[in-house]
Amino acid sequence: MSTDAKPAKKQKLSVPFDYSKYLRKDKLPHIWCPGCGHGIILKALLRAVDKVGLEKDDICMVSGIGCSSRTPGYVDFNTLHTLHGRAPSFATGIKLTNPELNVIVTTGDGDALAIGGNHFIHTCRRNIDMTILVYSNAIYGMTGGQFSPTTPIGSFTHTSSYGAMEPPFDTCEMAKAAGATFVARATSYHVQDLEKTLKAAIEHKGTSVVEILDECPVYFGRLNKMRSASQMMEKIEKEGTVSVKQAENLSPEEIGGRLLRGILHHDTETAEYCDQYAALTERAQGK
Amino acid sequence: MTEAAKKLPRIEINAKFCKGCSICVDFCPTNVLEIRGTIVAVKDLEACTRCQLCDLRCPDFAIQVFD
Repeated sequence: MSTDAKPAKKQKLSVPFDYSKYLRKDKLPHIWCPGCGHGIILKALLRAVDKVGLEKDDICMVSGIGCSSRTPGYVDFNTLHTLHGRAPSFATGIKLTNPELNVIVTTGDGDALAIGGNHFIHTCRRNIDMTILVYSNAIYGMTGGQFSPTTPIGSFTHTSSYGAMEPPFDTCEMAKAAGATFVARATSYHVQDLEKTLKAAIEHKGTSVVEILDECPVYFGRLNKMRSASQMMEKIEKEGTVSVKQAENLSPEEIGGRLLRGILHHDTETAEYCDQYAALTERAQGK
Repeated sequence: MTEAAKKLPRIEINAKFCKGCSICVDFCPTNVLEIRGTIVAVKDLEACTRCQLCDLRCPDFAIQVFD
């Protein structure tokens, strides 16, 4: 049989996504450093929002302080830039008073886990419907490169000249233990998976926590023998993670120190906080 | 499909937004792009397979591939 008989492989039509409808164009170009993964996450988030089919006014984006918390400045949603680490608490107030809004919190590893550690775990505990994106670059970028709660042991930063000695947090395990009903890990290297994970997180009713590994080439890469953003993405995100599906066929020794990537915990049974609160209000009013 | 009929894609680069981080250059599967000066430029347009990975991984809204 000649190869001509086979149907020609259909060329996938290339229509780039139109980000401009979701952006405050006058604020661009953004302030993030060359190679910073935050821009990749922002783009994936906009594509996920488009796929879910949300209107711009249906979304409220809340952030704290830090590089990651600049995100709401560039998007044309309802946005709120709040106190360091307190974004989940502000978001709780917004969600309780406007249960129809889709609340998205963008926060960094230092913002969510150090300064805002309590706010983060108590938001997870309540299981209130919001999506918390933890941009985990293992460093405080905005203040000059101090080590954060997710900096791996032995990494060099400006405040750990002999290597960080504190064991890092496992953000996903902590969120799961605190009571979040959707917990996932993604990376800025695996962009298509990131988009799918963010879509699933937004669609989930309950607290969704997505830890997104990204890169800070300026303060983390340079000091840890990774001279470019691409090297960081290759070493930390591509070689340092393994997907949940791949991990099913691997022994713990084969996985080694690699982090799992994908949806790690998805619970649709637990009641959501706003629903419980509405029921409580009805009961108290004797309806 | 003959060579003459092969339609080339159009790669649009926003020179004002590109910060020259070279993520698109390093991860392009067919080596279409290169850094020229401080920003990205197209080196070999014919090799482009329209996979859009450069667009997806660009942090700066600086590159897009049109059919």
